[in-house]
Formats: sequence, structure tokens, C-alpha cells
Amino acid sequence: MASTHLKRTSLYDVHRAAGARMVEFGGWEMPVQYAGIVEEHHAVRTAAGLFDVSHMGEVEVFGPGALESVQRLITNDAARLIPGQGLYSPVCLPSGGIIDDLTVFRLTGDRFLFVVNASRTERDFQWIAEHTRAATARDRSADLALLALQGPKAQSILERLTRADLTRLASFHFTDGLEVAGLRCLVARTGYTGEDGFEIACAWDAAPALWSALVEAGRPHGLAPAGLGARDTLRLEAGYMLYGNDIDETATPLEAPLGWTVKFDKVAFIGREALLAQKARGVARKLVGFEMQGRAVPRHGYALQAEGRRIGQVTSGTFGPWIRKSIGMGYVERAYAPPGTPLQVEIRGRLEDARVVKLPFYRRS
Amino acid sequence: MYPKDLRYSSEHEWARAEGGRVRVGITRFAADRLTDVVFVELPAVGAKVTYMQPFGVVESVKAVSDLYSPVSGTVVEVNAALADTPEVVNSDPYGKGWMIVVQPDDLRELEQLMPVEKYLGLIGEPAT
Repeated sequence: MASTHLKRTSLYDVHRAAGARMVEFGGWEMPVQYAGIVEEHHAVRTAAGLFDVSHMGEVEVFGPGALESVQRLITNDAARLIPGQGLYSPVCLPSGGIIDDLTVFRLTGDRFLFVVNASRTERDFQWIAEHTRAATARDRSADLALLALQGPKAQSILERLTRADLTRLASFHFTDGLEVAGLRCLVARTGYTGEDGFEIACAWDAAPALWSALVEAGRPHGLAPAGLGARDTLRLEAGYMLYGNDIDETATPLEAPLGWTVKFDKVAFIGREALLAQKARGVARKLVGFEMQGRAVPRHGYALQAEGRRIGQVTSGTFGPWIRKSIGMGYVERAYAPPGTPLQVEIRGRLEDARVVKLPFYRRS
Repeated sequence: MYPKDLRYSSEHEWARAEGGRVRVGITRFAADRLTDVVFVELPAVGAKVTYMQPFGVVESVKAVSDLYSPVSGTVVEVNAALADTPEVVNSDPYGKGWMIVVQPDDLRELEQLMPVEKYLGLIGEPAT
């Protein structure tokens, strides 16, 4: 992709001024790190980190029949959401392959907001628009900036900037129209790091003011600006899927560890028949987590072996900065999926020992 | 940041002549660009290395890169401490972060490497 076509968030100049190293991600020029990935990762686990995730897309579905449309589009059950609640769900093709994984927020009875992966925004919007019958789909990605404030100190920091009682905001709940540092925001208790935290949406051009206010309020709490590098190592330790690496249109939620998001007993949804059939016959492969015995790092695309033959492929891997182990995720033949199964990862022509472990690698205490 | 007594390769290794031997590591520029180093794979003592051919691998959380030998010869020492503390490659690239010591076949090979001023030009840093 030519660098001249990369999109920039409204925080681009702020990142550059903070000394960020920028990289291409999903068509955007984004900060990969400021002080360093490991330092930022530790800041999020022990204090707090602030991420610009404005590259993510937002699609609103509203009008009569909005719930019916959302229910047809996602595998999880949006009918159980009251306004002010959200959930995580895949959106599937009729084949059961995953078009995207996203968060759905119920704004009002007949208004929903989808927060989607940057690289999938266009695909999602087209798909959603095609499948909203009476309701309307609107791409709001250009209007909304999104910041993620994550870590054990996230609540203490945000409390300094708003009068709302954040102790009453439970996980996967949100408040729309909340004033944060005098700016109108949607504040959700969600994240992608394995820590407590918030994702805060505001008007695109308001993001620099919101960012500065959060950095200022966070300084006494040890807040660090954090880039996509730490976002990736944090989500991997927490066992979250990265679209395009771990899941894509060739993988189903039942193969990925997302079976819990498929609600067969709700109304019909796209992909239901294929997933039901796959469930009945059993999946041929499963995505598992594994730990390396040594330090060599498994990477996307490396072969997985067991009993002397190839049985799968690595989808994500890193050295976990907090757990201090080389870890990975990948698809393996079902017989090799149980925790404790010995595997080998082919790294630079050598077989390095690994062992299947239960996800996540890290769970906050 | 870039000691004057070292010779530098276009692949961002440094070489330091110590008597008749050559100590090898990677530059500050390479360490910064890799980000946090988490694993270094080095040859065994006695292995042969060849000028500008890979002799090992360095891995960061983000990426994996080959290490190129700035001199041909035989490995006589390897930095075993990197197995447990690879992060010293970032914090002290010219000191504790050294990687191997080579008994060179021909010490004059080092003349093909860059002096510091030329290396600074390569990485776009102002000369000191």
C-alpha cells in the first residue's frame, strides 16, 4: 500500500510530538510505540495506558426493525441488551466464516452502534447495509474518534474528568452523552487488554483535547501513552482474537474459541445453518493457545507439528512481556487441542517444543 | 551513541578489534529499530562465521532479524548471559549486549567496514 494513501487520525500530530514511531495498520498510519512496547505493556498491567484507536470503524443501525436487523447480522443475542449495554459478537457469512468480530452497543430501543475493525470497516458497512431491511445503516467512522484508557488506574484517572459515578458502570455497559473534560463522549467499560478500562468515543476533532486531558489527569497515576505494539502483546496475553491473524472469512466461531458467542436458540441469523451443521459433525480444527518451552518466538504462519507431522499453523505469537514466556495461538487438528498436548513449532527449520495451554495466558486477579 | 573505536556494517552490526580478536554486537540504531529484544540465537563456540553472512538471529516482541557477521573466522566466545537477559541488547548494545567474539581469518577484513562518520551518514544521524 502506498504510504501516500494512508489515513491519519486527528491525533497524528500529537503522536508525532510525543515521539511515537508510526506504522501502517489496516490502511492507517498509527503509533506502534512511544517509549517501548514492553514498558507500555507493563504500564497497562500496573497503572494505565492510553491508546488512540480512532482507526476503528463505527456503523450505526437505526430505525424500525433495527433489532431484527442486528439479530440477523450477529451470532450473539442482542435482544438481551437494554439501552446502555453492549456485547461482543462475530458477524458471519452464510458459510459460517467470520466477516468481522465487533462490539455492538444498544444506544436506544431501535438504535445500535457497531464498533468494528479498521481493516474491515468498508466490508462491514457494505454487508450491514445489505442486510438491514427496514432499518438504516450509517457509517459514522469519519465522525467518531475513539480512545482506550486501560489498566487498574483507569477508573481513578477518568473520575478526575467527569462527575459521573463510574463505580456504577459495569463491564460492557456504557453511558452516552457523558461529559469528560467538558467534551461530550460515549464512555464504555470495554477493552482489549485484559485489564479494567474504558473506551471513550468523542467527536473526531475533539480527540486532541480529550487526549491531553487524560494524559494530564493520568500523570500522577503513571499513565503512559501506548501504541499498537503493546495493544497486540496485551490482547495476546489476554487471549483475544485479532481479525486477519487469528480469524477471517475461512474460520468459524466454533473453530475459534468463540462458541460462547453463537446463540443457536435465538432468532435465525446469517450463518446459523452452516454453524449448526458444523457443530453436529464436530469441528476438524480448533484454535488453541500454546506456550513455548524456550524463548524462541512463534510467529504468524509458522507450522505446528505433533507426532512427526504437520497438524496446524500459528496465527499469532509473541514474547508475553508480563508473563515472560513465548506464547502463541494457532489452529490444530482437533485431536491435538486438549490442554497439555505437546506440540512443536517449526522455527527457522528447527522444531521447538511447546505445549497447549488453556486460554487466556493472563487473567487479572 | 555510536563509539568512534568501532567499525560498522551496513546491516547494523559493530565490530571491535581486541588484540587479535573481534567482538561483535548490534548498534544502538538496530536495537532501537527492533524494539525490545526478547531472544537472541547465537552459534556455538567453534562455529565458522563468514563476512556478511548470517550467524544468528535476534527477536523482539514485534519482529525477527538475522545477524550478519562483520568478519570471517571462528567463534571463540558467545555471550551466554543473553539467554536470560536479552534486554541488555537494548540497554547496553556496546557493552553487556555483545554477542560473539571471533578469531578472524584476516583482521584486515575490518577495513571493509564503515568508520563511525560513514555509518552515521547511513542511518541519517548528524556526525558528532
